Amino acid sequence: MNLFRLTGHALSATTRLMERRKQDGRMPGRRASGAAAALMGCAMAVTATLSGCISVSAPDKPIVIELNINIKQEVIYRLAADAGNTIENNPGIF
Amino acid sequence: MRRLSDIMGVKRAVLAAGLAALGVGAIAAPALAQRDPAYAAARSAGQVGEKMDGYLGIVGAATPELRKMIDDINIKRKAVYAQKAQAQRATVEEYAFTSGCLLISQTSPGEKYQAPDGSWQTRGSGPPQRDSRCP
Repeated sequence: MNLFRLTGHALSATTRLMERRKQDGRMPGRRASGAAAALMGCAMAVTATLSGCISVSAPDKPIVIELNINIKQEVIYRLAADAGNTIENNPGIF
Repeated sequence: MRRLSDIMGVKRAVLAAGLAALGVGAIAAPALAQRDPAYAAARSAGQVGEKMDGYLGIVGAATPELRKMIDDINIKRKAVYAQKAQAQRATVEEYAFTSGCLLISQTSPGEKYQAPDGSWQTRGSGPPQRDSRCP
């Protein structure tokens, strides 16, 4: 599965780069940057040897940190008895 | 009771009366017996209401006196919540919210409380509108 995906990526990347090279005659390395360059490296390795190639990619979903105060019902149920006693024992402020 | 102690002028009588009142109050109606009269009046007049977060809020127009009274009670409430929450290994917000659920339940008909949508409601004879997480 993993190999299939990598190969899939590699094929499209190579094709695009080859097309671009045909169009403007420039070296692909100048325009490809970052991930594209890494992908190209991977592609070459995979097509050449079909051996292991580790590809690290960012997750497609954004990382969300929940900052809202999330009070869960189970906590409320746990605290209910104690809170009831507290209210009963402090009649002046409740 | 008071007149009796005045006539007698004996401190012991006052002390005994105080203790008796405390004992009876704790059993019969502790909340009504010990609320500050101004606070009790503002509650029943619908000037202050119980919020969902466990604190008091001003319902209508805020006067400096009302604001001072509410702030004073809310600060005391927060101190109690904080102390109890620590003992229960919960957050102050969790403890306060739980108390808010109970305090809204305990409102008397005619008193104000905050509904889950944030609006002020007058407690009727039926159960109040509360957050779905309330016990």
